[in-house]
Amino acid sequence: MNLDSGIPLGDWEAIINVALLGLLLLVTIGIIRVRNLFAVVMLAGIYSLLMALVFTLLDAVDVAFTEAAVGAGVSTILSLGTLALIDSRREKVPNRFQFVPLLVSLAAGAVLFWGMQDMPAVGSADAPNQVHVAPYYITQTQADIDVPNIVTAVLASYRGFDTLGEVTVIFTAGIGVMMLLSAMPVIGARRRRRREDDDGDGDKAPNDGGNA
Amino acid sequence: MIEHLVPRVLAKLLIPFILLFGLYVQFHGDFGPGGGFQAGVIFAAGIILYALIYGLDQARGVISPGLVSVLVALGLLIYAGVGVATLLLGGEFLNYGVLDSHDPVHGQHLGILIIEFGVGMTVAAVMITIFYQFAGRLKITRELESDDDDEDEQADDHADGPVADARGPR
Repeated sequence: MNLDSGIPLGDWEAIINVALLGLLLLVTIGIIRVRNLFAVVMLAGIYSLLMALVFTLLDAVDVAFTEAAVGAGVSTILSLGTLALIDSRREKVPNRFQFVPLLVSLAAGAVLFWGMQDMPAVGSADAPNQVHVAPYYITQTQADIDVPNIVTAVLASYRGFDTLGEVTVIFTAGIGVMMLLSAMPVIGARRRRRREDDDGDGDKAPNDGGNA
Repeated sequence: MIEHLVPRVLAKLLIPFILLFGLYVQFHGDFGPGGGFQAGVIFAAGIILYALIYGLDQARGVISPGLVSVLVALGLLIYAGVGVATLLLGGEFLNYGVLDSHDPVHGQHLGILIIEFGVGMTVAAVMITIFYQFAGRLKITRELESDDDDEDEQADDHADGPVADARGPR
């Protein structure tokens, strides 16, 4: 299992992982720093593509498919559509330094790091989720359902009721978007025109600046 | 409609393979990676790419919004319908084993195939619907704004009428 350079395959995986996570960090910093919203949307798409690669490394190819198609593809296009709708190219920057969002972010991050102490190592065989029902699925899928892809067997059959709920969620989201965006287009345009008139009268108050 | 030659030619080449790959992920999901969710988003991405290159009106001509909104509900109905069918056949809700009276394993295969088809249908239709709504909204807003530019005061009177000067989504 060695490549030509003599580095074992597991080490290669670690190197690629570190490189990908480093790129993720860079892209995240970029998303925070850049004020041009078009660039932010593009960076978010790049983030999703990198996440798809990370999922592939974690052997979660299904999730990588979804991340690449939804995260990098569809949601980028929807974000661009939203940008065109709201007619705002730059993120508005608050005038003074915002202390509370920084505090909330640091506190949440600290709690997450603290909670990580209790988590099992990635891929550890005696992690709680691997010893509960997973052995049953692995040993019984061939006898019960006889499909090679155990993930599909779990999602579609063993936990078919959960998946029905997930499809209902997607259905509801679609209906919600239909209701919101197809209803009353004229009122939205009028409000927008009124806002633009207000802008013309004089400088409006700076926004509340809730960006974290 | 985008005039640039390279995206147009590339999209024309790629879209059939994207749709075919979506169908492959859909119906090969029991054997390889994938399933209804993945297939649905891949298929929808192909349609959205088509709409981006050839324009929203063209895409609506290929897959009409009415059909899509029927598919949104139909996929979920297929899924839940399989559950009801298993109830009527004497099993538990969504216990596909009873679908085939001779071999429960075959029933499982059949059930998974059908419900994954329902999942893929709803997911693809919802994705396409959301895209249609966003892109269509942009078009409506632009039409209204171009109305305002032409006739400032009277725009309110017939702002909701159809406008001929329709620019497609970017």
